Amino acid sequence: MKDFIIPDRDFGTPAAKSKTMVTLTIDGFDVTVPEGTSIMRAAAEIGIAVPKLCATDSVDAFGSCRLCLVEIEGRNGTPASCTTPVAAGIKVQTQNAKLEKLRKGVMELYISDHPLDCLTCSANGDCELQDMAGAVGLRDVRYEAVDTHFKAKDNSGKANPQWNPKDDSNPYFTYDPAKCIVCSRCVRACEEVQGTFALTISGRGFDSRVSAGMKEDNFLGSECVSCGACVAACPTATLQEKSVIELGTPVRSVITTCAYCGVGCSFKAELRGDELVRMTPYKNGKANRGHSCVKGRFAYGYASHKDRILSPMIRDSINDAWKEVSWAEAMEFAANRMKGIIADHGRHSVGVITSSRCTNEEAYLVQKLTRAVFMNNNTDTCARVCHSPTGYGLGQTLGTSAGTQDFDSVEHTDVAIVIGANPASGHPVFASRLKKRLRQGAKLIVIDPRRTEMVESPHIKAAHHLALTPGTNVAIITAMAHVIVTEGLFDEDFIRNRCDWDEFQDYAEFVSQPKNAPEAVQLLTGVQADEVRAAARLYARGGNGAIYYGLGVTEHSQGSTTVIGIANLAMMTGNIGRPGVGVNPLRGQNNVQGSCDMGSFPHELPGYRHVKGEAVRDIFQKIWGVQIDDEPGLRIPNMLDAAVEGTFKGLYCQGEDILQSDPDTKHVAAGLAAMDCVIVHDLFLNETANYAHVFLPGSTFLEKDGTFTNAERRINRVRKVMAPRQGYADWEVTQMFANAMGADWTYTHPSQIMDEIALTTPSFAGVSYEKLETMGSVQWPCNEKAPEGTPLMHVDGFVRGKGKFINTEYIATDERTGPRFPLLLTTGRILSQYNVGAQTRRTANVVWHAEDVLEIHPSDAEVRGIKDGDWVKLASRSGETTLHAQITDRVLPGVVYTTFHHPDTQANVITTDFSDWATNCPEYKVTAVQVGSSNGPTEWQQEYNAQATLSRRILPAAE
Amino acid sequence: MSHDAHAKLIYMANQIAKFMESKPHAEGLASLTSHINDFWEPRMRKHLFEVLDGGGEGLRPLVIEAASLIRRPKAA
Ligand code: SF4
Ligand code: SF4
Ligand code: SF4
Ligand code: FES
Repeated sequence: MKDFIIPDRDFGTPAAKSKTMVTLTIDGFDVTVPEGTSIMRAAAEIGIAVPKLCATDSVDAFGSCRLCLVEIEGRNGTPASCTTPVAAGIKVQTQNAKLEKLRKGVMELYISDHPLDCLTCSANGDCELQDMAGAVGLRDVRYEAVDTHFKAKDNSGKANPQWNPKDDSNPYFTYDPAKCIVCSRCVRACEEVQGTFALTISGRGFDSRVSAGMKEDNFLGSECVSCGACVAACPTATLQEKSVIELGTPVRSVITTCAYCGVGCSFKAELRGDELVRMTPYKNGKANRGHSCVKGRFAYGYASHKDRILSPMIRDSINDAWKEVSWAEAMEFAANRMKGIIADHGRHSVGVITSSRCTNEEAYLVQKLTRAVFMNNNTDTCARVCHSPTGYGLGQTLGTSAGTQDFDSVEHTDVAIVIGANPASGHPVFASRLKKRLRQGAKLIVIDPRRTEMVESPHIKAAHHLALTPGTNVAIITAMAHVIVTEGLFDEDFIRNRCDWDEFQDYAEFVSQPKNAPEAVQLLTGVQADEVRAAARLYARGGNGAIYYGLGVTEHSQGSTTVIGIANLAMMTGNIGRPGVGVNPLRGQNNVQGSCDMGSFPHELPGYRHVKGEAVRDIFQKIWGVQIDDEPGLRIPNMLDAAVEGTFKGLYCQGEDILQSDPDTKHVAAGLAAMDCVIVHDLFLNETANYAHVFLPGSTFLEKDGTFTNAERRINRVRKVMAPRQGYADWEVTQMFANAMGADWTYTHPSQIMDEIALTTPSFAGVSYEKLETMGSVQWPCNEKAPEGTPLMHVDGFVRGKGKFINTEYIATDERTGPRFPLLLTTGRILSQYNVGAQTRRTANVVWHAEDVLEIHPSDAEVRGIKDGDWVKLASRSGETTLHAQITDRVLPGVVYTTFHHPDTQANVITTDFSDWATNCPEYKVTAVQVGSSNGPTEWQQEYNAQATLSRRILPAAE
Repeated sequence: MSHDAHAKLIYMANQIAKFMESKPHAEGLASLTSHINDFWEPRMRKHLFEVLDGGGEGLRPLVIEAASLIRRPKAA
């Protein structure tokens, strides 16, 4: 039974990486393993499980429990098999009378200081201490416990100073010191796997115990980020998920993929019946290798939150209350309205928004809805507001918008540049993997206006932090290129072989201009020239150089230019096409990559092929049996402009909350209010739904089959763990609506949709659910040329043939500070919340982030008379809002920072409609603002809340 | 079409032009043209032509130069 729950066996110690193989004999069997493998792991390879307590294969061996003793012929003593490496020709015995006796003695000691309440213990059936007592054949305990850790009172009734109460401050797991065997697996997991160093073993000998930070600290108050690595590593009930304590041990598990961020961690959803007991990271998951963060591991409670809408709803006007109706009635109502709009205003007056949270199959169907049923190309997706410049910039220079590496690549990186991203918050599992590499000696360059966790954290310190003025990315990147070119640090061979040498000459001439020198831009960027020079030299000559970047690069009026500049840097230093290097966009939402791949953009069909291409249209026309429009459609901001103008009237919006996530909230609201039919398909009545006429309840990732594609182009399976609570998976809802509009779709399973994608899209030609079943996951392109997928791109040549250098002229944003708005606002996100927070706000994660706050530098706060925690008003030329201030020197003077997870804050009331020149990706990262004292919510916030409350009314169900 | 909306399109076209101006002239002109043809929905191009046909006030020279190359939207 247990193996069914935990199919991934524990080999005791991590795999060795050596290519040299060693053969030895264990209990009479020959075994050949890489040099450096422990005897314990070698034995496990041939199915011999040496008893163990302090070893587990997620962390390095420690050798403290002495349960895993073995004998080696010709050597003295009984070495611990977890810390003893294999050697050629040795003969190992794992079991004999002497070893048995020693092990029983060890177990006896452990058991005498352990409360034997196994029957009622939450780890009953899932406890390695229990298992080992059985494995070593322990039958009686000869010592009577006098001094213990587990009795609250000693035998005379006095309080036992060794006893500590349970710590249940963390919302998701408890720490019960009474059950701790001080194996230190948790401490090592926190250090080696997570990289947070929150736990220590304090005291010595009998006094030693696990502690989170200072003596008085509990888990919640400590540095702990609640990733759960220690809980997974703990062999006993000491660190235990609260859900297991409440519901009991799970009996079956389903492998699936996290629906939060672009890392795309694989998880085991562990259940009893159809009740989800816990989510544990899956060891064979190739993106996460057994690790997770607080969101994927614990924050799934929104799936059963009371706010979830389970019945379709309609209303005539957005001023009416919602009326609950049957699916059939909702479909009829929605289809009639949309058909009416098309009849009156033409086929270009309606469109769709696909979701980066839904599956590939679902995004594919939504864009198909507009292309094959509405007969236009008006489809867009939230990637517009995050990574569209990546698509443009990397497409122009390298030939494809895809990130070039897999996550494993970071294990070979010598110098990492992190630009405009805070992976510790946004992509935590990747951050853990990067930090691990940094602790092994790799160097880090951070380019970010804010001193993020990456700049300095336990055992990590960036070699260079270029704390630039928001909006000057292009100037910094170009200055780095200037240094590399003028100091001759470029890789001439690579450029001659892989790029166009003449084009490089032009580019070299451009960047060499004195105006692009670090000294010349210093005043603009606020970064010391010698720091820029040192960083450029390090990247160019420090070995394998990898660039990881996020929304701090793309969400600018020159977002696309910065992406081009990044690609230029990688090409000129030859840092592309092998492990450890590359250009890696860190994508925000779980399926941003996938929704872009699936043709969500208005100018391209699935597989990034422009709609103007007749051959491409033909492929789809044949299968869909319709004529496809050859003109690009409207992008989200253009849809809203067209709505205000009166030529765009109907929208089907799946799993996105554009009113909260898109810039310039007032403009979005005006656009939505001008439409005659807004269909919102989501889990909750989100902010956009305040302006909707039809609400179609959505399903969670636990309730459907499909695939997500993560930031490394890895297609992972999402598996149905339980039946959809509102009756239908999202792809079924879209199909119902398409059919109500007159289509004739007959998909009965998402695998058929994937087959259609494979049939029409060359980079997916080799993808099928069957292949995903056998391989676990696969990275596109996956086709005849690469049947097993493509972990690294551009290995032998660029997708576009020759890499292309493009000039990156710095053009200052028109968003400037001035007397009225003297500060620059930049936005970001934090670990425990996700995007607009619709899901995470409905979980216990709110204990870490109950509201958005405004970070402001002490000197800026002082001149304004603002104290830590004060209500402050934040105003830009677009609007104003209020929130609490947090005074910190993480931000530079002149810069303020906030997150946008909570609708009450409405940070996007502040952001303006400036956007990237190439893609209209909004300029979230720079807004000129003023900050002043305030007594509470602004009028707009109050009006907004009143409208929202009014709009969210639901009529009581009819009798 | 309101003045505001025209202003927005002029702003966007000029933003593209500014990037393309740093390329060699012929390449920049071709790139600007294909950029607008590839990414601007007919409604947006229609409004752009309203400005161009009216003399192109406020548009950068490169955009005006591209006028004959940008695809005119089919009459809807
Ligand atoms: S949950 Fe994660 S961060 Fe917290 S103590 Fe455990 S391993 Fe460390
Ligand atoms: S809490 Fe668990 S993992 Fe940590 S030392 Fe105690 S028993 Fe071992
Ligand atoms: S949110 Fe991201 S890092 Fe966290 S578990 Fe999910 S996929 Fe992994
Ligand atoms: S498992 Fe080897 S000493 Fe504990």
